[in-house]
This record gives sequence, C-alpha cells and structure tokens, in this order.
Amino acid sequence: MALTGVLRPGFIQLRVLDMAASIEYYTKRIGLHVVTKGDDGRVYLKAADEFDHHSLVLRQADSAGLDLYAFKVRKDKDLDSFKKRVEDYGIEVDDVRAGEQPGIGRRISFVIESGHRIELYAQAEMSEPKPLIHNPDVWSVEPHGMRARRMDHALLYGPNIEKVLDFFVNVLDFECAERVDMPDGLLAIWLTSGMKAHDIAFVNHPEPGKFHHVAFELEDWKDVGHAADIITRYNISIDIGPTRHGITRGQTIYFFDPSGNRCEVFAGGYTYYPDNPTRTWDEKEVGRGIFYYERQLNEAFLSVVT
Amino acid sequence: MNEQRFNIDVENINAEFCGSSTGYADERVLISLERAQGFGKLKNLPKRLPVGCRRGGCGICRARILEGNYKRDPMSREYVTLEDEKEGLVLLCAIYPLSDLKVRLEPKCVKNLEVNSQSLEI
Repeated sequence: MALTGVLRPGFIQLRVLDMAASIEYYTKRIGLHVVTKGDDGRVYLKAADEFDHHSLVLRQADSAGLDLYAFKVRKDKDLDSFKKRVEDYGIEVDDVRAGEQPGIGRRISFVIESGHRIELYAQAEMSEPKPLIHNPDVWSVEPHGMRARRMDHALLYGPNIEKVLDFFVNVLDFECAERVDMPDGLLAIWLTSGMKAHDIAFVNHPEPGKFHHVAFELEDWKDVGHAADIITRYNISIDIGPTRHGITRGQTIYFFDPSGNRCEVFAGGYTYYPDNPTRTWDEKEVGRGIFYYERQLNEAFLSVVT
Repeated sequence: MNEQRFNIDVENINAEFCGSSTGYADERVLISLERAQGFGKLKNLPKRLPVGCRRGGCGICRARILEGNYKRDPMSREYVTLEDEKEGLVLLCAIYPLSDLKVRLEPKCVKNLEVNSQSLEI
C-alpha cells in the first residue's frame, strides 16, 4: 500500500484568550516549541519530532475555539483534483495563497456541513527543531514537559455528521474506522486518511463549528502518567483521566488549555488498514467505548466545547 | 499565599438558595463551589454544579452576580457579551472574589441544556 491523496493532519489553528499564558502552556507544559510569530500576532508552534514547519497556530481572540483544521496531501496536483471534487460535491472552495501562513504553500479551504473550516495543502518547509535525518539519534532536542511527539488528531462537534461522513469518505477518500449509532441516529464517527485509528472525529451536536479537543501523541503509557503529574503540579484544569478509550484503544487524559480549549495527550491505539471493517458501538456500550475504565460518559463529554 | 476568605452564596436559576462556599481572593469562584459540592454543601441544584473547562472558554458556568465585588480574567465573548457583562453576568471560573458574593447560576443556551439532559440518559 502506498499513501496517496490526503496523508495526515498538518496543522490546527485555535483561538486563545490570553496569548502569553497559552504560549507558556503549549511550550513548557505540552512540550512544544515556538517556531515563529507572524506580523498579525499569530504564533506558530510544533513538536520537536515533527519535520514540517508547524502543527499548531494560536490566534488571540475574544472567544476560544477552532479557526481551521488542515490536512497535508501528497502532491501539489492533488490540490487541483480535490478542489474539483469538493466543488462538484456542491461546496464552495476558497484559494489561500502560499505564505499566508509562514512555511506553508498554497491551500484550498472550505466549510463542511458541520460548520468547520477544513483545508488542504501540499507543501511545507521544514523548521527547527526537527528529527535528525542522517544517523539519527532518537531525538535532537531533549524532550520536555509532557514530551508531545506530534499533533495527532482533533474531535469536532457540529450538525449533519451523516453528510460529513459521506463527504470525507467519498470526496476526500478517508475511511471510517469506528462509529457510534444511537437509536435516534448516528452520534459519532472516527475517520482516518492513513493507518492511524483516527485523524479526525466528529460528534453530532446542534451548534455548528464547535471544538471538542486537539490531541498530542506521547510515546507510551508511562509518559501519560508523567503528563498527569504535570497537570496537577501546574494546576492545569483536568477533565478526565488518565484512562483509556475503547474506541481507538488510546490511553489518554483530557484537560484544558488556559482559554478552555480541551487538549488530549494519549499513547497507543491500533493500526488501521483500509480494508479493515468499521468497528461499531451502540447505545448500551458506548460508555466503555468513550471511557473504557469508567464505562460511562462524564457529563462534560457531550456538553463542554469551545 | 493570599488567605483572604469570603462567603459565597449560590442560588439556582429559580432563585432558590443552594448553599455557600468559602472563597479565597486568589482562587476562581467556581473552584470554591466544586470544593463545597465535594463536602456535600450544595443542594437544590437541578443537576451537579455546571463545571466545564474552568478557564473561561466553554461558557457552562455562566452566572449572575447579585451582590459583591470581584476581579475577572478574560472570558469568552461568545458566552458573556458586553451587554451581559454590564448586567453582571460572568463565568464563575474566570472571577475571583474581592468581597462576600451572592451568585445565581444562569446558563445561557437552552440548546446546551437539552444536550446535557441527553448525555445524562446515555
């Protein structure tokens, strides 16, 4: 198998209420690095184990939440073919010029039925710090904070996720790794463009464009425990965990950034192949699907979003 | 460490007294209410105390300040507009008491409450 088309999540742009507190949190606590700051005040960050220019963009605003979520595609010409497919599907596509974000080539940008802005791009410059390439050590810069290795996925809340599922599968060539069906309809979907159990997920929700969490990947369960120590030591607002998801099998903690945007750090999760069946969950067992040890949702899972 | 302590009375949306917490000048009001709930001091809540992100972003802990003074951190304009702010509406997780307080829980969005009750049924 060769990965073509959409490769993986590239970067996420979040709104924050307090930029200084956010930079301290994402660098010292999550363990990311600031790459650069833009003239418009946006701040660009990455994990040291990522090659590309940045994976997290912070924008100062008067509300928290998600601006956009961008995926990297394999080839520049993929942008032209995806643009045509998205437009043929009936969704308007905006062109974003190369350099609108530093280090990132041209993007195509569109708003899906759940109210979220999704983007695709093909080119990214590399930036420091990044993994070593020749005779590589396991890291070039000593990991710090929670030792996040990459921005991994996001969970978004909005309406019309039946349509979102159709769009991601039939227009962007994603696969649906897992889904939750309630008696009154589809509640949630976990979608992958590659071999991770998920690259983006959606939960059905009345308000469009809402943000549930962005996840950063850690090396192992021991690092999840270390992250939990950091959360308490630095009085970071906890949601739930350490625990495990039945869905994707990730070992996880949910907590909040200084503006109330939910973050996850997690380790593990299974390998997904595109010929795998979609795993399914029903109303009776969805509790352990979301939180495998508690076996029930906490009250915040379906109601607390930014 | 700031040991200035204050009494914080809480009403629910129907203006019924729910209980009191001990607030500290260096602590978000919502955190003092979570502690009071843990000690079993809050009654008459329709459900548990509405606790979300605790950092001014998600809007779950929106409330009206009926009496008292406080200082504030930034909080999302999506849930507390300028007009709301003039009326004394706040997010309890983003304020700190400067005196005794009397607060009334006042969630903004009925849609959100419907989602909440669905989640309780799951």
